[in-house]
Amino acid sequence: MAKPASTLARRADELMNWIDKRLPVTAFWNATMTGYYAPKNFNFWYYMGSLALLVLVMQILTGIFLTMHYKPSAAEAFASVEYIMRDVDWGWLIRYMHSTGASFFFILVYMHMFRSLLYGSHRKPRELLWVFGMLIYLALMAEAFMGYVLPWGQMSYWGAQVIINLFGAIPSIGEPLTEWIRGDYFISDATLNRFFALHVIAIPLALLALVLLHLVALRENGSNNPDGIEIKANKNENGLPKDGIPFHPYYTVKDIFGVGMFLLLFAFVLFFWPEVGGIFLERDNFIPATPLVTPEHIVPVWYFTPYYAILKAVPDKLMGVILMGASVMILFFLPWLDRSPVKSIRYKGAWYKVMLALFTFAFIRLGMLGMAEGTPSQTIEMRVWTFVYFSFFILLFFLSPKGKTKPVPDRVTH
Amino acid sequence: MIILGLVAMISTVSPVFGSSGGKLENSGVNFRDTAAIQRGAKWFVNYCFSCHSASYMRYNRLAEDLSIDEDIVLRDLAFADVNIGDTMDIAMRPGDSEAWLGKIPPDLSVISRSRGNDWLFTYMKSFYQDESGGWNNLVLPNASMPHVFWQLQGIQEPVWSSHGEERVIEHLELTSPGLQSPQQYEQTVRDLVTFLDYLGEPSKLKRKNIGIWVLLFLVLFTLVAYALKVEYWRDVH
Repeated sequence: MAKPASTLARRADELMNWIDKRLPVTAFWNATMTGYYAPKNFNFWYYMGSLALLVLVMQILTGIFLTMHYKPSAAEAFASVEYIMRDVDWGWLIRYMHSTGASFFFILVYMHMFRSLLYGSHRKPRELLWVFGMLIYLALMAEAFMGYVLPWGQMSYWGAQVIINLFGAIPSIGEPLTEWIRGDYFISDATLNRFFALHVIAIPLALLALVLLHLVALRENGSNNPDGIEIKANKNENGLPKDGIPFHPYYTVKDIFGVGMFLLLFAFVLFFWPEVGGIFLERDNFIPATPLVTPEHIVPVWYFTPYYAILKAVPDKLMGVILMGASVMILFFLPWLDRSPVKSIRYKGAWYKVMLALFTFAFIRLGMLGMAEGTPSQTIEMRVWTFVYFSFFILLFFLSPKGKTKPVPDRVTH
Repeated sequence: MIILGLVAMISTVSPVFGSSGGKLENSGVNFRDTAAIQRGAKWFVNYCFSCHSASYMRYNRLAEDLSIDEDIVLRDLAFADVNIGDTMDIAMRPGDSEAWLGKIPPDLSVISRSRGNDWLFTYMKSFYQDESGGWNNLVLPNASMPHVFWQLQGIQEPVWSSHGEERVIEHLELTSPGLQSPQQYEQTVRDLVTFLDYLGEPSKLKRKNIGIWVLLFLVLFTLVAYALKVEYWRDVH
């Protein structure tokens, strides 16, 4: 028999009761954490979601402190970033956390998306979960793009110039549209000021709302797993999935370990290699923005370069813009493009393994080519990998219903 | 996999940095060498600071980081009539410098971060006197900057070789020695670049020193987190 609870514990219970009658805190905790059953066979790829959430929180917190010192004006922006790096107490740490965090956010999101391609996490009934994820990805790209303009270095300026001019390729409304985005005839103080507004409040709000929807959609059907089977199909006498374990405490403690591993890598980059050789922080962005001097070599930050390579692969500007847009948009349709009877790569045939390997290589290689100077031979290579990139989706649609599969087990494996 | 990817990406993009002519020499800068930073600060103030500002740097930060008395900083490294909390600005107005030199000399606060140490090191060693008798530079052809260290280094002249139709500079030859030997001059340039490297990111030393402790803490944290995970997962089969 349990010992009578101490006065303090009793008081705490009373307080919780009082709150629960007014706000369903305990019920919410039970439904989403302790009573939420997740498959027990998660592997490495299943850390990325919680880590992305961690980075989101970190970006918001460091962002708040940066806005206390940053000046969103063309005359002062560059100097205010250096002021943060030098004169603000621990400003360098906050700024590097934010700049390193931006790149790591994309690393995590790309790995999180790759997980879906491995195990079919976007397949029925999780299509909307994937769509919300894609919307998060789009919002993140907008957030990162506008954030990169704020330090007001040469790459901020000319990168924005190139990207905004892409809208100019749209027939008839293109030119007025670019002016509307810039708020001026060229990238200027007005552009910087509005990008600041969008970067610090508009898009973060949208991001938070989308993340919430992403999590609600996740809790509705529960996580997929590396075997790509539904654990709810096998329940015990209590109606609980036999292969499921409560999210809390099992996955919370596991994710804390993941946080430790992630922070080790993150801190290593932040403290010892914050520019990552000009990839996380481009060298030209340490030159104050000037409309008078065009840098020799304008490249967006690494997480955009695969799409930039697809843009550059096409000789016609409008077609390039369309193809680049299509390369992102096609990802939305993945849940309906993959028509294989099995979800996980474990039970798909070699056809899928080869296709996914080629697709992944194409994406990475396009990212590298997007950063390069663009010699004629590189342009040809960009075309080849652009072709491979799109072929993945087309072949997936036609091959997946017929592609060889292996028998899927009833219960998850380890 | 990601690390491999990053390394692969760097190897693809790195040639870009040396895009303006020739191979860059290794600067051999040691950012922990405070004595070199101090010597470099002296070269900087005597040879660069009349035309180039370092507007994001404050004198008192210099004093603190380099362990130099504030009075000495004000006496030896600063212009007259400045306060110790001021930034390292110059008296020359941008309009004047443009009229006199053809180009406004860039602020050097973060030049090491945009150009890189190796570029700066090679640049300062690559001035030569061209056929017109004026100064030119191998790393940055037709640079508007004169060779401010010419008395120290002496005068270099190009040795040409022809590749078919084209004449290219094979290397530079010291035709008129300066006050310093080539080894001494190399050390001078290295000291200057070490100072510019410090100037680009004064917090670098602190960052790396703290980083070690952060990593040690995280190793400990991760070990404890792992033990906790193992303990909780004992009953998952």
